[in-house]
Amino acid sequence: MRKNFNMIVLGVALMAGLIAPLVTGASSAGFYTEVLLGGLMAGVLYSLVALGFVLIFKASGVFNFAQGAMVLFAALSVARMAEMMPLWAAILLAVGIMVALAFVVERVVLRPLVNQDPVVLLMATLGVTYFLDGFGQTIWGSDIYEINLGIAKEPVMILGNLFEGGILINKDDVAATVAAALLVILLALFFQKTKTGRALRAVADDHLAAQSIGIPLNRIWVIVWSLAGVVALVAGVVWGAKLGVQFSISQVALKALPVVILGGFTSIPGAIVGGLIIGVGEKMAEVFLAPVMVKAFDLAGGGIENWFAYVLALLFLLVLPQGLFGEKHIDRV
Amino acid sequence: MGAGLNGGRTIGDVVLDLQGISLAFGGVQALQEVTFDVREHEIRAIIGPNGAGKSSMLNVINGIYHPQQGTVTFNGVTRHSVNTHKAAVQGIARTFQNIALFKGMSVLDNIMTGRNLRMKSSLLAQALRVGSAEREEMEHREAVERVIDFLEIQAYRRTPVGRLPYGLQKRVDLARALAMEPNLLLLDEPMAGMNVEEKQDMCRFILDVNDQLGTTIVLIEHDMGVVMDISDRVVVLDYGKKIGDGTPAEVRGNQAVIDAYLGISH
Repeated sequence: MRKNFNMIVLGVALMAGLIAPLVTGASSAGFYTEVLLGGLMAGVLYSLVALGFVLIFKASGVFNFAQGAMVLFAALSVARMAEMMPLWAAILLAVGIMVALAFVVERVVLRPLVNQDPVVLLMATLGVTYFLDGFGQTIWGSDIYEINLGIAKEPVMILGNLFEGGILINKDDVAATVAAALLVILLALFFQKTKTGRALRAVADDHLAAQSIGIPLNRIWVIVWSLAGVVALVAGVVWGAKLGVQFSISQVALKALPVVILGGFTSIPGAIVGGLIIGVGEKMAEVFLAPVMVKAFDLAGGGIENWFAYVLALLFLLVLPQGLFGEKHIDRV
Repeated sequence: MGAGLNGGRTIGDVVLDLQGISLAFGGVQALQEVTFDVREHEIRAIIGPNGAGKSSMLNVINGIYHPQQGTVTFNGVTRHSVNTHKAAVQGIARTFQNIALFKGMSVLDNIMTGRNLRMKSSLLAQALRVGSAEREEMEHREAVERVIDFLEIQAYRRTPVGRLPYGLQKRVDLARALAMEPNLLLLDEPMAGMNVEEKQDMCRFILDVNDQLGTTIVLIEHDMGVVMDISDRVVVLDYGKKIGDGTPAEVRGNQAVIDAYLGISH
């Protein structure tokens, strides 16, 4: 009862915060929608990174710290190879690289550590993180590189007749959203409808039982790390195209952490919804809450975007530790 | 009771032959030179006090443990050690002492995983539910439905297994193994922690599986009454060594067994 009460309070508070700018007249409907959309678009990117986390956690109970490094590595690969060949070829080749990486990780890291404590595996993925960060720079270089998707960067105006001044929207953001949505649909089909998907869920629940019905653990791990690699690739290309491929990309992994806490470590829809909530929440807080706080407490400035996600995650941890869609309590990390 | 219920089937040739199995974990000798065989269609029990090596024996047959010495011959194929995947492909299924179900899934999905090895359609065909894949899925669903009917768990198809009471979870564990249509079924303490009624149900299911499906069964069980009632032959282990082997009546009369195990209650 008490728990439900807390959840309701949290939900109501979030909703109130969300609609407050509109109701209080602090913002015009057009500007508000623009901020909302901007948040959703940013959220899609968080979702993509979080998706990689969830995939691997679902299938192996391992919190893969290296997901951010994989995003950077994939983006670097695409950016540098695209200098030598057409973009589509670079992307295809990068998919190959990510799959090869999955094989190597399974053989060198996961197989020797089978049946070890999740903490041991977490540490191992930390090792993979640092290796990938360094290795990527060794072979691809450490400058800022470009990925040109051939989509115009200029914002376009939409819904000009509905809102005064219309809404500015970026075409590449829309493309990213479509790509993410497609990826999610494919993954959902794969997990729910195929025997490999069923095997993946089985392995996630119980290694021993999965083995006893003839599911080969090693192959499953390669598949799931490959999937995570491909998701990382999509995230990397989208981020890279937007902001340039640079080391800071690997830090998005840290932004994806609140997302998975919010959505639940084992839920693909959770990663998506969590990403959107964080994305929208951040933007809303930055644009509407920060000025109010600055005025009320006589602060120097905003910067709320940097910590808002973590505070939100903390609140969720207190009230709903398994996240919005999580299957069970997070007792492993 | 045993002989009467098992009347319909005939015990065949040796299907599983274990020769001189020795297994050690560091300094602990779990199994020492254990030799016994299992015949087709029989119910073979492995008994012994705690720590006798019963579960280790099952894990050797199943390929989870790899013995340092000895050979395992199953259906004429002899091997030194085997992996779990191969064991499953060869038709060995098992249940677990501490239920090892996929807790996030429904009863139906859990049992469906038992069909995984038999599914042939390509990934894409399955995801898109193309004709042939759809047909295959239906066939497997039918096989699963037969198992569900057999074990009388129709009412729980869509329930996440984590919510089921213990006795029913054990039954789903058995259902998943049966969905593999195994030649050899390994049951690790199928009745542990059950009340009398649940035990009776489980006994009936084991005998039905053996009788109607002709499945060969190797089981570990602590409840002496159950073991003596349903098994055709019994192997007795103590401190990793075999100290008795034979029909329930023979084992009951074996002095070494009485000393090591049954003696406590006599």
